[in-house]
Amino acid sequence: MSDELMDYDEVLKRYEPVLGLEVHVELSTASKMWCGCPTTFGSEPNTHVCPVCLGLPGSLPVVNRKAVEAAIRIGLSLNCDIAKWCRFARKNYFYPDMPKDYQVSQYDEPLCFEGHVEVEVGGVAYDIPIERVHMEEDAGKLTHVGGLGRIQGADYSLLDYNRAGVPLMEIVTKTIHGTGTAAPQVARDYMEFLRDMVRALGVSHGRMERGNLRCDVNVSLMPIGSTELGIRSETKNVNSLKSVETTVRYEIMRQGAILSAGGRVKQETRHWNEAGFTSPGRSKETAEDYRYFPEPDLVPVAPDPAWVEELRASLPEHPSKRRARLQQTWGVTEREFGDVLAVEGALDLIAATVDAGCAPAAARKWWLTELARQANDLNVPLEDVNITPAQVAEVQALVDSGSLNDKLARAVIEGVLAGEGSPAEVVASRGLAVVSDTGALSAAVDAAIAANPDVAAKIRDGKVAAAGALIGDVMKAMRGQADAAAVRALIMEKLS
Amino acid sequence: MSELIRTDASELGQLIASGQASSVEVTRAHFERIAQVDDDVHAFLALTEDAALAQAARVDERIAAGEKLGPLAGVPIAVKDLLCYTQAPTTASSRILEGWVPPYNSTVVNRLIDAGLVILGKTNLDEFAMGSSTETSAYGPTHNPWDLSRIPGGSGGGSAAALAAFMAPLAIGTDTGGSIRQPAAVTGTVGVKPTYGGVSRYGIIAMASSLDQCGPDARNVLDAALLHEVIAGYDPRDSTSINVPVPGVVEAARRADVKGLRIGVVKELGGEGYAPGVEKRVGEAIDALVAAGAELVEVSCPHFEQALAAYYLIMPAEVSSNLARYDGMRYGLRAGDDGTNSVENVMRLTRGKGFGTEAKRRIILGTYALSAGYYDAFYGSAQKMRTLIARDFAAAFEVCDVLVSPATPTTAFKIGEKVDDPLAMYKSDLCTIPANLAGIAAGSVPCGLADEDGLPVGFQVMAPALADDRIYLVAAALEHALEAKWGAPLWSRIPELSVSDKTSDKGDK
Repeated sequence: MSDELMDYDEVLKRYEPVLGLEVHVELSTASKMWCGCPTTFGSEPNTHVCPVCLGLPGSLPVVNRKAVEAAIRIGLSLNCDIAKWCRFARKNYFYPDMPKDYQVSQYDEPLCFEGHVEVEVGGVAYDIPIERVHMEEDAGKLTHVGGLGRIQGADYSLLDYNRAGVPLMEIVTKTIHGTGTAAPQVARDYMEFLRDMVRALGVSHGRMERGNLRCDVNVSLMPIGSTELGIRSETKNVNSLKSVETTVRYEIMRQGAILSAGGRVKQETRHWNEAGFTSPGRSKETAEDYRYFPEPDLVPVAPDPAWVEELRASLPEHPSKRRARLQQTWGVTEREFGDVLAVEGALDLIAATVDAGCAPAAARKWWLTELARQANDLNVPLEDVNITPAQVAEVQALVDSGSLNDKLARAVIEGVLAGEGSPAEVVASRGLAVVSDTGALSAAVDAAIAANPDVAAKIRDGKVAAAGALIGDVMKAMRGQADAAAVRALIMEKLS
Repeated sequence: MSELIRTDASELGQLIASGQASSVEVTRAHFERIAQVDDDVHAFLALTEDAALAQAARVDERIAAGEKLGPLAGVPIAVKDLLCYTQAPTTASSRILEGWVPPYNSTVVNRLIDAGLVILGKTNLDEFAMGSSTETSAYGPTHNPWDLSRIPGGSGGGSAAALAAFMAPLAIGTDTGGSIRQPAAVTGTVGVKPTYGGVSRYGIIAMASSLDQCGPDARNVLDAALLHEVIAGYDPRDSTSINVPVPGVVEAARRADVKGLRIGVVKELGGEGYAPGVEKRVGEAIDALVAAGAELVEVSCPHFEQALAAYYLIMPAEVSSNLARYDGMRYGLRAGDDGTNSVENVMRLTRGKGFGTEAKRRIILGTYALSAGYYDAFYGSAQKMRTLIARDFAAAFEVCDVLVSPATPTTAFKIGEKVDDPLAMYKSDLCTIPANLAGIAAGSVPCGLADEDGLPVGFQVMAPALADDRIYLVAAALEHALEAKWGAPLWSRIPELSVSDKTSDKGDK
């Protein structure tokens, strides 16, 4: 890193940052964009290939309907219009990772266009205008051996075409203005919004570390009050939420230093470095001419409007909206809700438990304490703990009806986790039901009063808190299988 | 034996089905003929004798077992070297694919094999099907059996010459701007370019995707129709293939009745630049159809004048992109791989060495036509012209059922005559290009020999998209009328080729 940087806040006193984000989403369709090869990640190189995705002479593409469906659902989720008729286009350039030496993409006729979404940072809502969502194919993977791991200077390069032809969606924003000092956070939250959205739609694994989501980050600065856009840099393939944020921040500081010194920002492609800075990519002397033209091997895509409406009607609620709704209906504070979100998978499990009839507070209590501890001990995700939300709700129902007390309920859950069957089965086999035979209970209370005359006297004098000692004795005598509230009521009745 | 090589495919099919001849015997007769004459004709780039004899034996066994197979089961066929076939290299007549054996079969090859046809080998063509003479083939030109000093047409000159030299009774061609019809015309054979989307393009090396179409070559109309029926039909592997029933081409070829059919003569396809002998024979053919009961209509297709110009922008544009994949990275030729060159240089050297002059010319033209700043003026306006030509056809088909014209402006020219004059060469396709631009069906059927040179003249019949059957109806009616007049098929007048004494131990070339 050799860039001059200017203090972040100083830059933003003088300049307004303008963002543009191009996000590539790798779809999780079972098969590739144009052929039946699987899209599985991490297989032996060149095992998921066929004449089509290898671009062998004579082979032809056929559009994957599921990929078009996914693209439309993404478009609808971003409030886009869906084209009634659009075509694929060839983007022509030579590169060894592209089997045909052109990429089938979309050019001036994207499938989805003119959308917008809102992201909230620190209580302020920012509108992100969406220019387009289009479909294209991924390229193969090049591994450069020797040198610096880049194509220049490598001893040789290895090609894996397993990824070639995997469906990609490109989501392109218009220029994003007015974010001010929040720019890095807005970019990060927008990425997070997209990640959560594609996961909720079930169209992508959304795993940034695997490259399922990659962001090209465009940043420019313009003097505050100006209306003329500055020269932008484009940082390619930024692949984590944190890196998106840092890239924007770094570019603001880098460009601020250049502009303040009276310099000119170079329009260039930059690389993101894990150490937290960007560096110039290979500079191109001339602009690349991709010679786009309509792909003659494919027929136009003309989605039936009725189908589009069907897809619109079946869209899931966006995760951010759902979170807001759940927080409100559960009546929990921001902080309490934060505790839920902090545990991976807890939100869905608690929501499902509530859906099964459990009170939200009880559902939260079970999943965030007893069960979270269990998951932690076993070192597994919470969702892999051996109990279902419905079973948790069942246990809580037994508590609510007085059949179990808290201690017994924990024992029942322990039994379910140990694989002893459903809560009802565990209650039966372990004999854990609370004793509700008032005769036996009454006798135990009488015995406790007789054994502790001094305590009984205190209670008669109005020192209600002393009842705890009697309750303890009764519970001991009942081997825990009594409802503490019922015991207390009986004691008070007898000593009143 | 010699009778078998001059027997119609339909009759060979019957002989084999009825046990009067075996497929192995018929296949051997053709390999023997190839061994005898192909040194002079050079129609084949590769022979697949082992696979052919195995397939022939299989067909014979199935027939002996009482199985009922299709009408062409056991009949030999030659396949243009543009179709992927796992049993031989598929080269597109280019150095850049020399020796490349595809790991998969084209849909058309699979359909041939499934129908019991016996593939003899791969036929010569202009490099990547770019040319009208086979002279751009990296493996040398094919010679016209009517006169070995002349071109057999192109790009499918190898397939047409194989028919005219009796080395195969059937052949497969592809047609982007006339590559089936022009060779058929100049070799006195029958060739049909089906409606775009009628035959699967899967596994056929692309030249210009929006224009390419595979079709049948034969020595008579019924044989072509039988072959058409085998190869046509929807293929889910080709998005541009049409999912409708195949037109009743065989029925039309058998019916051969043009009574009441309205035949439109295209005014623009004739006059200056057309050989008198060609125009004379075409005129007589029209008369023969009228005598058979057809009605004559003169139609004007004013935009045909611009067809050649539009074609030479759209076609090279698609070529420039389709031929990009031949970069030496994955298959075929690789040049400069000695550790001193960057990947870009290896690509550059490979393409420089692997492509011939005509391929390079079209790649450069197409790259230019698609460039930023030129796209609208070139590719964009050519596409508009394409729409206007399609409208000309639509208007013409309002008033007539088929359109007719010469298939080529002249008869076969001399090898070497136009090879250095691309524009003169391109004009060979003047009559055939409009049908490709509009995606309609068209075919060429022989209509006699030109007076001035005694060489075959082709008569072109064009029909609306999906009405391929009308081509066979008109072509068969004309064939009947002319053969009645001549007393024999035109091919009976093909001069005897000198026969070398080699036997069929030639093996794969």
